[in-house]
Amino acid sequence: MFHTILSQLVGTAIALFARVVTAVRGVWQGVEPVPRQRVYFANHTSNGDFVLIWTVLPPALRARTRPVAAADYWLTGKLKTFIGREVFNSVLIDRNPQTRREDPIVQMVTALDDGASLILFPEGTRNMTDQTLLPFKPGLYHLAQKRPDVEIVPTWIDNLTSVMPKGKIIPVPLLCSVTFGAPLEVIEGEDKAKFLARAEAALAALAQEVAR
Amino acid sequence: MTAPAEFTTLIGGVFAILVVATVIGQVLKSRMGPDNEVVENLVARINAWWGMVVLLALAMLGGQAGVVILFALLSFAGLREFLTLTAKRRADHWALAVSFFIILPVQYALIWADWYGMFSVFIPVYAFLLLPIVVAVQGDTDGYLTRVAETQWGLMICVFAASHVPALLSLNIPGYEGKNVLLVAFLVVVVQLSDVLQYVWGKMIGRHKIAPRLSPSKTWEGFVGGIASASAVGAGLWWMTPFSPLEAAGLALVITLMGFFGGLVMSAIKRDKGVKDWGHLIAGHGGFIDRLDSVVFSAPIFFHLVRYFWSVA
Repeated sequence: MFHTILSQLVGTAIALFARVVTAVRGVWQGVEPVPRQRVYFANHTSNGDFVLIWTVLPPALRARTRPVAAADYWLTGKLKTFIGREVFNSVLIDRNPQTRREDPIVQMVTALDDGASLILFPEGTRNMTDQTLLPFKPGLYHLAQKRPDVEIVPTWIDNLTSVMPKGKIIPVPLLCSVTFGAPLEVIEGEDKAKFLARAEAALAALAQEVAR
Repeated sequence: MTAPAEFTTLIGGVFAILVVATVIGQVLKSRMGPDNEVVENLVARINAWWGMVVLLALAMLGGQAGVVILFALLSFAGLREFLTLTAKRRADHWALAVSFFIILPVQYALIWADWYGMFSVFIPVYAFLLLPIVVAVQGDTDGYLTRVAETQWGLMICVFAASHVPALLSLNIPGYEGKNVLLVAFLVVVVQLSDVLQYVWGKMIGRHKIAPRLSPSKTWEGFVGGIASASAVGAGLWWMTPFSPLEAAGLALVITLMGFFGGLVMSAIKRDKGVKDWGHLIAGHGGFIDRLDSVVFSAPIFFHLVRYFWSVA
């Protein structure tokens, strides 16, 4: 009980902090903020990425949306574990195939079957290059194959790199936005490479629109 | 909570105007239908005005603390919008952090302390020289001058110029003790009313565009009508100022003109950067800078005119 209240308070405080620093605005361009089951797949440049998505989701959706995050990052230290597990209710996956005991795809599908929506960063790691996106990992494809009823929504997070460039600790207050594009169409029997290329292209196109 | 009696009269008047505006907005909405974009924007603007007027009135009731804190927050919101659009690279991170977390609070602390000799040079001299040093030692020279200069512009407009509104409270005018908050009210009401009246005149009889490339909605009719009528209202508000009616009219003319050109300058920057509004936080108006550009440009001039001609050390 106390734990639940505390984690809700911390969650509200984090969202408030995100708003003070970035005045983040959700732009529902291709989908409406309705309680449909979705995988929001987004670009990844900062540890604050999923906080921004989480902040712009209406509270009812927020409670049912779980970020997919790296266990090797979030399970180091008590505070991080509390925030990762209790506040954001993350699906924590082990990125290293050698050491992992659970299949990340199974973990994510289980979360979907429990009724949750997911926030996924298919680049797999933070993008520190000048390219728009890094090549996507195949997880998104497997989710789309296994649960074709779930909407796959491209989600572009704009400007968070300037707020907190790599290696900096103090965030600089600048305006950010999160734009939700139209869900990917389901094409039956599409192979992995084609699907991933299509997903990447959809997100890159969204980035271009936001920049204009 | 010791506002001068004139303040109550003024706020009563402003609320009366807002009530009339709200009624007009609703009548237009029911006549033109809910789908008319101009009317929809008008209603959104009027609603936002209610919020802004209440916030400003509360700040003024809070005296110096209220006004200083309000404008420090407005500077923060404005600088956040401005620096979102300026040129920057990773090497600017420290300069940006220093701008937000040191320069801005120090400027308002100096205003709070009534330290005229320091708050009037802190940003134009000290921050001006410090900032390029902080950036230079990072060693990244790509677009160096542009990056530094645009950051300095943000500080000058959003922090230095804006801080001259609460600075009015530090003036010492014989026979006007304890009433300085009315100078803030005079400045803000006249300049904002001028913006509103330019919009109203422009929408009603505006034909000839004044600067189509900068700001397609500004017309000569709106400009002349707005400036003239706002200056007349400014003259009519002489009873709450240390000025005679004629002096009040002259000062109102100066600040409404500065306000108009401030809007033009900030529009030029928006066009340069390819955006329509500075932000999105004030429904119907855009960002904080969209609403405050005129006040920011007129405040330092108003401050110095009043200080030179009316105030004693």
